Amino acid sequence: MIKISSKNVDVFYGKKQALFNINLDIEENQVTALIGPSGCGKSTFLRCLNRMNDVIDICRVKGQIIINDFDINDKSCDVVRLREKIGMVFQKPNPFPKTIYENISYGPTIHGMAQSKNEMDEIVETSLKKAALWEEVQDRLHEPGTGLSGGQQQRLCIARAISVKPEVILMDEPCSALDPIATAQIEELIDELKKDHTIIIVTHSMAQAARVSQNTGFFHLGELIEHGSTDKIFKNPENKKTQDYITGRFG
Amino acid sequence: MNKKKEQLLNKRYKAEKRFRLYGQSAIFMALLFLIIFIFKIFSTGYSAFQKTWLIVPVTFDAELMMLEQNPSKEDLKDADYYDIALKSMADLDPNANENQENELKRMVSYFFEREIKRELLNDPSLIGKTKDVYLTASDDLDQVFKGNYPRDLPEDQRRVTDYQLKIFDQLVELGKVESKFNLSFFTYPDSREAELAGIASSFMGSIFSILVCLMIAFPVAVLAAIYLEEFAPKNRFTDFIEVNINNLAAVPSIVFGLLGLGILLAVFQLPRSTPLVGGITLSLMTLPTIIIACRASLKAVPPSIREAALAMGASKMQTTMHHTVPLSMPGTLSGTIIGLAQALGETAPLILIGMVAFVNTIPGSPLDPAASLPVQIYIWAESAERGFVEKVSACIMVLLGFLIIMNLFAQIIRHKFEKKWS
Repeated sequence: MIKISSKNVDVFYGKKQALFNINLDIEENQVTALIGPSGCGKSTFLRCLNRMNDVIDICRVKGQIIINDFDINDKSCDVVRLREKIGMVFQKPNPFPKTIYENISYGPTIHGMAQSKNEMDEIVETSLKKAALWEEVQDRLHEPGTGLSGGQQQRLCIARAISVKPEVILMDEPCSALDPIATAQIEELIDELKKDHTIIIVTHSMAQAARVSQNTGFFHLGELIEHGSTDKIFKNPENKKTQDYITGRFG
Repeated sequence: MNKKKEQLLNKRYKAEKRFRLYGQSAIFMALLFLIIFIFKIFSTGYSAFQKTWLIVPVTFDAELMMLEQNPSKEDLKDADYYDIALKSMADLDPNANENQENELKRMVSYFFEREIKRELLNDPSLIGKTKDVYLTASDDLDQVFKGNYPRDLPEDQRRVTDYQLKIFDQLVELGKVESKFNLSFFTYPDSREAELAGIASSFMGSIFSILVCLMIAFPVAVLAAIYLEEFAPKNRFTDFIEVNINNLAAVPSIVFGLLGLGILLAVFQLPRSTPLVGGITLSLMTLPTIIIACRASLKAVPPSIREAALAMGASKMQTTMHHTVPLSMPGTLSGTIIGLAQALGETAPLILIGMVAFVNTIPGSPLDPAASLPVQIYIWAESAERGFVEKVSACIMVLLGFLIIMNLFAQIIRHKFEKKWS
């Protein structure tokens, strides 16, 4: 089933066009990887999906992005409601400088998802368990989240993102600041999370894309060159550029 | 080749050594000036915290005080103390003629009969008895006793006469002159008599001004900074505002004083010489300082924190109020305190709005006339009497103490509440 479908998406930074006519469908409850060399626009595309580009003054987005039969670029779309449905994990772990508990409870609090302290405790626990962090932090929920290691911080950010039960989770190079062991843990986690969430991950590592994703899109210079099942893209690409990138000839 | 390298190495070492020396001597110079400054102030000011008292036997003669038999408390308050006060001073030298009696009277403070009155009100049973009473020495004798007054000047160039000095020396020999902690320096308002002048009025004036300043400047500046930094679109108009705020921070304080005079006093008819007007004027001055500090600390909050909150579905306002502003508060608060410390030491604008007036009452609210500490320093520094010289330094010491405490507080806030983010 198709969860997100983007139609003729153009993005401009001031006068410079960053994305050209992107048409990409994202499958529900699968992992879609976006790959491509630096500056190709894959992060820009990712940020279109929860309208994080609104934050940048000079950025303009054209075209349609349809999620649940609804165009999120429409004027009637409320970004707060949208971002409740579409969570995001960033390149660098960015926990709030608050306690681990407060990091998780922030989203449910502002969206009024828990009626009582008990309910909130439960949300915090399930979120941390889903993010495979519960075992490590259950005894120090009220210590600052910034005191955790890099990998733990990133899993905390994932737990924070899933605390509001989003339908989609966007991940912008979530492992680029982590060591191989932490990376392996996050990848395992992504595999687990795709049961309940649709995941879109931007990555620089082709190995990672091959390991975790079912679908892959290859971006180059602001254009979506090729997309399809990961197997096909890696084993049997149609486009010459895709082939060159995958085999490491450029990028 | 090797030799050349060696030379280069030596040259580099020497340059580094020289640079260290320059830095050290700069610091040494700065410290030296500071030490000279502090030494000067302390050495002239410390004696102001001591006050000289003459111990004079006073006979509480009911007849001289015009008191009936068994007087009530009210009667005691209304009684005439001037005659017994005068008599007790005159009795110090039984052979004194009228002129000399006058000189004897001037050896103590102007209000000496009040000190005698207080004694009797404390203990009404003293009527008809004689008791040694502590009387504040005149400021000139106070200075003589502290050794600040040259005795070797010819008599007509001195404010103390030979006769007064003779009697004073006799009293000193008898142990009837005592130096005690000068509490009245802190509890009395200003006075034309140096021995009675205190900083209570100006201290309270300063506190009220600073409070008014804080209550106006802080909310206005913080709101302005948050709006400019987080919400306002970045365009030419906001750039223009930013330039103007930075300019405002550099405007000489006397200009703000003129503004206070022209607008607050002339147009709005607010009461002259009051901490209210002083505080408003100072708040205009502090405003840009706080705005700049607040904006700088908002800028220092990493954008990743804002992104994290926004991506969680927090609105712009929630992101700002829940995350950015709390994280910027330590910087904002310490900037505020530094701005207030600056305002506390400000003199020129306060002189223009009339806080330089002679105020001999202690203000009870920001609407009562008052002086302020730096203005008090200015007033006393202009006074001719020798007794005010040490008061100037003592007042500077109080002001410096106040400033040190505020700056220390700013440091503590910064260290204690500053959070680390990854």
